[in-house]
Amino acid sequence: MSAKLTEDQVRHVARLARLNCTDEEIALFTSQLRAILDYVAQLEELDTTDVEPLAHCLPVHNVFRADEVRESLSNDQALANAPQRDGEYFAVPKVLGDTSA
Amino acid sequence: MLEELSARQLRDKIVRGEVKSLEATESVFERIEQRDPVVGAYICICKDEALDKAAAVDRRIAAGEQVGALAGVPIAIKDNFCTTFRETTCASKILENFKAPYNAGVVERLEAADAVIVGKCNMDEFAMGSSCENSALKQTVNPWDTSRVPGGSSGGSAAAVAARMCYASLGSDTGGSIRLPACFCGVVGMKPTYGRVSRYGLVAYGSSLDQIGPFATTIEDAALLMNVIAGHDPRDSTSVSEDLAPVADCLADLEKPVEGLKIGVAREFFDVEGLHRDVEQAIRAALKVYEGQGATLVDVSLPHMKYAIAAYYLIATAEASSNLARYDGVHYGHRTANPKDYIDVYNASRAEGFGPEVKRRIMLGTYALSAGYYDAYYLKALKVRNLIRQDFIKAFEQVDCLICPTSPEPAFRIGAKMDDPLTMYLSDIYTIACNLAGIPGLSIPCGFSSDELPVGLQILSGTFTEAKLLRIARIFEKETNYHNQKPKFIETKG
Repeated sequence: MSAKLTEDQVRHVARLARLNCTDEEIALFTSQLRAILDYVAQLEELDTTDVEPLAHCLPVHNVFRADEVRESLSNDQALANAPQRDGEYFAVPKVLGDTSA
Repeated sequence: MLEELSARQLRDKIVRGEVKSLEATESVFERIEQRDPVVGAYICICKDEALDKAAAVDRRIAAGEQVGALAGVPIAIKDNFCTTFRETTCASKILENFKAPYNAGVVERLEAADAVIVGKCNMDEFAMGSSCENSALKQTVNPWDTSRVPGGSSGGSAAAVAARMCYASLGSDTGGSIRLPACFCGVVGMKPTYGRVSRYGLVAYGSSLDQIGPFATTIEDAALLMNVIAGHDPRDSTSVSEDLAPVADCLADLEKPVEGLKIGVAREFFDVEGLHRDVEQAIRAALKVYEGQGATLVDVSLPHMKYAIAAYYLIATAEASSNLARYDGVHYGHRTANPKDYIDVYNASRAEGFGPEVKRRIMLGTYALSAGYYDAYYLKALKVRNLIRQDFIKAFEQVDCLICPTSPEPAFRIGAKMDDPLTMYLSDIYTIACNLAGIPGLSIPCGFSSDELPVGLQILSGTFTEAKLLRIARIFEKETNYHNQKPKFIETKG
């Protein structure tokens, strides 16, 4: 399926996954993911040209419900687990106006 | 005496007023106090709530009121079911202090059936693992041999039932996470058809694969729990409507043998590398038991089964990488103390909160979905998934069920597979195809290895045939005594 996975690729994947990784973790994940990808490469043996992908096994496609107003979580319930909160809002570090971001 | 009862027997005695639920529940907590320091099955116990509930059920029975199908019966749940009354940790540091604002659909159903929820059980972090060793919170051991793993990911739910620290429990199964620990711990465990049980309030891992199911000491109890948890829930859009697939009463015909039972045995089942001799012998002996009861064994072929693990570890990790994107350090869960900037809130919170296996799976899934690799990995795996499903559909045109081992070997030693993720993944060789195909599967004790570890028999059947699957398992249970064996640990611990 591909050439051997490199540490740079693994660093890129860690960025996509929003995961800080130490150099040791990158080295370890690279070797472990290589072994797993070598194993999954056996799928290449199968000719799947005319096979439809199967995302799930349910005999249903779309599920609709009536567009009715229903009870939902209160602000307080929704914010109860927030690591940081500012009144009715989730609080995060400044996003805009910071040149480094 | 109370300890010997099944959930059904206990429920009947409670309803008849012969046993108080309070007495049964107190005795469960005594056993937890004696045994759980060794077994480590529970992340938390809910003693006050449970004793209150038990007393309330007793009062209602004394007042002549109608009570539910699990009236007064102490039940445990896996700690990935949302509950308002205790934290829902998923055995992860990232959710260690998370208190859900609502109860999972199955928790509501247990409560409506008047079950007494005694605690929440340990698991591999986010249900990712085959041994329960990936829990970030504690180690659960196998009650049959405390140097061995209980199996995973629902290891706590299985060990709690095996050590009689509850009468039955619920777990979740994405690639074998109910059946494998049931097998290792010598209890019954069942994964229903995908869509049969609501996943509302189940913390998502692989959403097209996850399904909730029961652990029990008897098939009858598994059927009783299925009756309580099965059914449509509009809050889970993948829960199947009862028009499409009516919910069968799993207890109604349980004692009725299946006429002209045809059992499929695939040559691929015995052609698995690492299949333990004792396991193979136990399975072949079990097939003889069925033949003795008039069943016919039919050779079938599942040519794509050997690709199931490869397909699964792409599909499940892809879904996991997407599902676990919600742990962002903003809305709930762990947040890093001193982020460098707002991006670091995500990057550092996730790095600090997730354990190694969860990170590994997020990375693998992210890679499989990333630009340039999507077709080669994720899409390819979905196509192979279709081939695997077609194998099962063809097989079930010929037979009522398939029988094979649940695991190639009995419970392995703690630590034996922790350094090599791929070897750990291969533990699921027999269980994983069932999730990809969406069919129901069950593990029932069928013997012991030479070192006295339980061996599990896996029975798989067609979509929405849970009632028949349980009847087929009941045929075996009636003829054998394995389900009545208990770990020596319990006998000596008293």
